[in-house]
Amino acid sequence: MPEKQCAVSLRGISKAFGKIQANHNVDLDIYRGEILALLGENGSGKTTLMNMLSGIYFPDSGTITIDGKPATISSPRDAFAYGIGMIHQHFKLINVFTAAENIVLGLQDEAGFNLDEAKTRIMSVCDAYSFEIDLDQKVYDMSVSQKQTVEIVKLLYRGTEVLILDEPTAVLTPQETDKLFAVLRNMRDSGKAIVIITHKLHEVLDISDRVSVLRKGEQIGELLTSKATAEQMTNMMVGRQVSLNIERPTPQDPRERIRVEGVTVRGSDGVVKLDNVSFSAYTGEILGIAGISGCGQKELLEAIAGLQAVEQGSIDYIEDDGTLDSLIGKDPLEIASMGIALSFVPEDRLGMGLVGSMDLADNMMLRSFRQGRSFFTDRKAPEHLAEKVIDELEVNTTSVHTPVSNLSGGNVQKVLVGREIASAPKVVLSAYAVRGLDVNSSYVIYDLLNKQKESGVAVVYVGEDLDVLLELCDRILVLCAGKVSGIVDGRNTTKNEVGLMMTNLGGAQ
Amino acid sequence: MIHISKRKEMPLWQSLSIRLAAIVVALIVCGIITTTMTGLNPLEVYASMVKGAFGSPRKVWILLQELALLLCVSVALTPAFRMRFWNLGGEGQILVGCLASAACMIAIGDKLPNPLLIFIMLLWSLAAGALWAVIPAYFKARWNTNETLFTLMMNYVATQLVAYFVIVWEVPKGSGNIGIINQTTEAGWFAQIAGNKYLLNILLVAALTVAMYIYLNYSKHGYEISVVGESVNTARYVGIKVERVILRTLLLSGAICGFAGLLLVAGTNHTLTTTLAGGRGFTAVMVTWLAKFNPLVMIASSLLLVFMGNGAAEISTAFALNQSFGDILTGIILFFIIGSEFFITYKLSFSSHDKQTNQATLATTAMKEA
Repeated sequence: MPEKQCAVSLRGISKAFGKIQANHNVDLDIYRGEILALLGENGSGKTTLMNMLSGIYFPDSGTITIDGKPATISSPRDAFAYGIGMIHQHFKLINVFTAAENIVLGLQDEAGFNLDEAKTRIMSVCDAYSFEIDLDQKVYDMSVSQKQTVEIVKLLYRGTEVLILDEPTAVLTPQETDKLFAVLRNMRDSGKAIVIITHKLHEVLDISDRVSVLRKGEQIGELLTSKATAEQMTNMMVGRQVSLNIERPTPQDPRERIRVEGVTVRGSDGVVKLDNVSFSAYTGEILGIAGISGCGQKELLEAIAGLQAVEQGSIDYIEDDGTLDSLIGKDPLEIASMGIALSFVPEDRLGMGLVGSMDLADNMMLRSFRQGRSFFTDRKAPEHLAEKVIDELEVNTTSVHTPVSNLSGGNVQKVLVGREIASAPKVVLSAYAVRGLDVNSSYVIYDLLNKQKESGVAVVYVGEDLDVLLELCDRILVLCAGKVSGIVDGRNTTKNEVGLMMTNLGGAQ
Repeated sequence: MIHISKRKEMPLWQSLSIRLAAIVVALIVCGIITTTMTGLNPLEVYASMVKGAFGSPRKVWILLQELALLLCVSVALTPAFRMRFWNLGGEGQILVGCLASAACMIAIGDKLPNPLLIFIMLLWSLAAGALWAVIPAYFKARWNTNETLFTLMMNYVATQLVAYFVIVWEVPKGSGNIGIINQTTEAGWFAQIAGNKYLLNILLVAALTVAMYIYLNYSKHGYEISVVGESVNTARYVGIKVERVILRTLLLSGAICGFAGLLLVAGTNHTLTTTLAGGRGFTAVMVTWLAKFNPLVMIASSLLLVFMGNGAAEISTAFALNQSFGDILTGIILFFIIGSEFFITYKLSFSSHDKQTNQATLATTAMKEA
């Protein structure tokens, strides 16, 4: 094998935001013909570091060398000039334009702009790396994976040599992920330098050649993927020994708790979001809900929680003595006043579950502030609850009076889950409870959900990581475009089966 | 090259000193403009402004009562603003409050004992202001109309309504003025406390300000207002009836504006004109924003605006300058105070292309030390 050629070399890079040191003295080399995985927990500074390469941030100190020459990258334009391109978690595409229009958008150096010629050139790029793309398709008609393809082609078309992808698989199905990885390998083999930011270990093992681990803004170490193990990487990432097994106790005495029958929900734009959905959730069980994002998961949970109008069908809460209480047409307050303890951890934590500008204590009383006859709020009880949650879930905060928007994603989620569980619920609905969370926090959340399950709560877990769904849930309901594609036993199914059910009703090819 | 980045947090002393520095820079700029445009010594001009605002006990009383009125309107807008409901209809809500009070004084002024009359005036002015605010609130809650435009339009309706009644009640006929209402009987006039005409107004507003602070920060209603303001979705999620909170809060906001109308008619002016509100409905928007919706801080921000206004009036007479010159100075000072918020939220770092990294480090350290 020939000597590896270093494309980009970072030395002593530091970056601080106010009092927070996002990166401290990081050294990193990116080689051509290699896929480098940048691994770290949330808030470890992976994205910040790469943003400095792509010209979004500017380092406080340190040097960047590109192809052996010192470089200054002070804007995304500079980064492009050096052949560095980054694909962010949120795509930057124009919805009403076609793929081709988006790809050529903003290019100035074309003599006599001609879209057809450009298309031919784009197709040659696509063929070189075997991308599947319809250049005349509008972006609003595309799936997430197609949009990502457009982003990648856009960078390659502009002559990008160093490609950075920030959590590219977060929104993809397993099949789509495989396709993406195949393309990335093609690009590597043609001599591009690729950096993939991730916190998923199996992906690191699957795709990368080398892995660099960041922790709390500092580089902990580098490994050759071929010689690394998942345990070793986790320990580097977290800084201590972590068990990677999710427990799955057998459900004890499951009884039907929530019965959903023939539920149809229409979104505000008149599109059918849920189509004739029926299932039951049982006590002492975790029911997983899988599906490509936007297939009705949000509407399903909100319909049960009383936040979404239901067009047809019934949703009933079954009490211990077998009485049925209909939840249709009730708002959250009415459901609570019926004596039904229902907790809901929504997908949009700061937009729905919590108030970002309020401190922890004030967020604790969102559900309970009405208690008591006094005109004034009781601030002591929520403060105690906040202290308890901080203590039990190891929330990293300076005090109970820190606004929750200042906390990191994992800590925000702990605050939300902590509050929802504190009310001793009978039903817990959770949407993407571990999205954006690091390994450590994720396992804290799994443990919490398992504890709820063991104490006889009916848990509904909407998730996107199939590996976790398969390990954690007793049964998995798969949604496909608003319909129930099937309900499978979590202990006897495979990732492939669930993946196929996500894209095709009933899992048929 | 300049890089702008958001600051995470900043200690209080640092943000206060940035604001103080902004005022100092503003005064220097004002001084330069004063000298170049008028040839006057800026220090003398400033001294005259201070004298105009605080120069004599009478001037201090006038300042305090102006402060009270502006503060009252600002306190009125605050609950709506905390809920992110941009009530720009303060002007109209004050005017209908004035109208209701004046109507009572004219219609039943001589028929009832004064305390009872004032009580009835209070009820009607509160009701009128509340009505003026709750109409746009209802449309917002029911059909999500734009409250900014709606409340703004309500101002014009109120002005025309007052204009109509001024003609109905004009004394003498054909003058187009109402003149002082109940000048001989003083029916419906606020009593003087300790021989001071304005003291009652000031005390009432002081109590109202503290009450509003407590209401917003410690009551369940205040908590609901904050939640709705931050996120309607979160409010629905915890079962807050958003529509009800909007209506209730705007009833309160409008009623306090109506109360300010009562203070104007019964407390200070004893007449009714279309310009009685004097733009306070709009100035109060600035006061509330400068104070970041904290009623206690509004005492300071309304003092600043009233001081600038009174001081500007003084320099225009003392130095025979156009009144607009005072407004220019006020504008410059406000520009710097509001502009300083940028430096509190964001950080600037400078660097040049050639030796960028070293200089960037130097620049940031220098910034930190500065």
